[in-house]
Amino acid sequence: MTDSLAGRMAPTAGSPYGQPPPGANLADILERVLDKGVVIAGDIRINLLDIELLTIKLRLLVASVDKAKEMGIDWWEHDPSLSHGARRRPSAREVERDTRDEVERDGRREVPAGESLAEENDRLRAELARLRSDTRSAADEAPAAEPHEKRSQARKEDRS
Amino acid sequence: MTQDPAGELVYVYAVAPAGPALDDAVARAGASGMAGGPVRTVAEGPLGALVCDVPAELFGEEALTAQLNDLDALEKLAREHHGTVAALSGAVTVLPLRLATLYADDAGVRRMLREGAEFLTARLARLAGTMEWGVKVYADLTAVDPADPVAPGPPGGPGAASAAPGTAGAGRAYLRQRLDRREALRRAYADAEILVGRVVERAGEFAVDRAWHRPQQGALAPTTGENIANLAFLVPYERAEAFRAAMDAFDGVRPGTRVEVTGPWAPYSFATAAPESVPEPAAESRTTDHPPVRDRPANGEARA
Repeated sequence: MTDSLAGRMAPTAGSPYGQPPPGANLADILERVLDKGVVIAGDIRINLLDIELLTIKLRLLVASVDKAKEMGIDWWEHDPSLSHGARRRPSAREVERDTRDEVERDGRREVPAGESLAEENDRLRAELARLRSDTRSAADEAPAAEPHEKRSQARKEDRS
Repeated sequence: MTQDPAGELVYVYAVAPAGPALDDAVARAGASGMAGGPVRTVAEGPLGALVCDVPAELFGEEALTAQLNDLDALEKLAREHHGTVAALSGAVTVLPLRLATLYADDAGVRRMLREGAEFLTARLARLAGTMEWGVKVYADLTAVDPADPVAPGPPGGPGAASAAPGTAGAGRAYLRQRLDRREALRRAYADAEILVGRVVERAGEFAVDRAWHRPQQGALAPTTGENIANLAFLVPYERAEAFRAAMDAFDGVRPGTRVEVTGPWAPYSFATAAPESVPEPAAESRTTDHPPVRDRPANGEARA
């Protein structure tokens, strides 16, 4: 290792301490210091063994997933070990798409004043779930010969 | 270097070969650590750890968790970690540790250096004499027509330009514009992906390793256009200038594309994985309007 290395590294030489390389943004820094670099378990005696990326990811996921996603740090969505929880939370884009699909399906149906499409969808889904559970208990009480048919009939009605 | 176990913890930034070069670099950098104290080294055998002392009240498990969950505090931590590593990485070979690796005292750091000696030494040997460079390829229509929202496409349909507002032709002209815009975008994405292939191929003439990061998006990466590929290359010192020039030469060669080079970085992206096992990003699960970019340099060459 020679002393002239720093000199040859023109972009960093002479730059103030702590400055990121030219052109770097915060995402460049975070994707390196959070997602790359060697993971070594810290000192077990102070119980920091688990402070490493996985934990950070999970904590971000739990604590501020929306803000993190908005800022572009959402690698957990592509990490199989972390994606179960993440997939249950639809992204803004998915919500938008779902809403759009809903609008296209529903055509010109009137939306009650003051109720957004998303709210309306939630309400309709809740109704659907209630209807389904009603149907199921009704079917359970019905004579043993016909519950299967009855249930599939009920589902068709739900969908219509 | 005595530690007060109740009040202070030891934060580790990186590992480097111990010796006068490291001590000298640390002294010259004169860096202050996370909590204002000096950055110093803890040596054990052939290895040295770059550390600073931090108050337990800020870096104990609960306090640290709170810091990591607060994106402003996280940013501050990340920048300080990066800054210290960067200040040293031009002068000595460093193996950057991930953010927030903490020990109760210097003895813990020494134990880590002792127990991980084989692994750490092997990694350092692989990184010796190299630095990391970032190369991002963008599809960027603003590079084509910053003023006009309608990108130049194939010649417009008859009557598109002459249609008066309020007539049936105006609607058709609008749709035409939308189609032209979409076509221009499609071409920019296709061109950017071809460019990725060329960049990877050309970089291979200088770099000894490469890694794919997830394409960037969102407020942390404020820029125009869409990031199609986000690459990192491990480049020997002596080829750094030529590498940089070769990458810069790709910028703007195709309309609607942009190439951005960052660096030099400490070799974060090459600290963990062996060259053969650098994982591909899970690009196929990404929801975008264009096909995922894969590591297929030959593709670009064939289509180019």
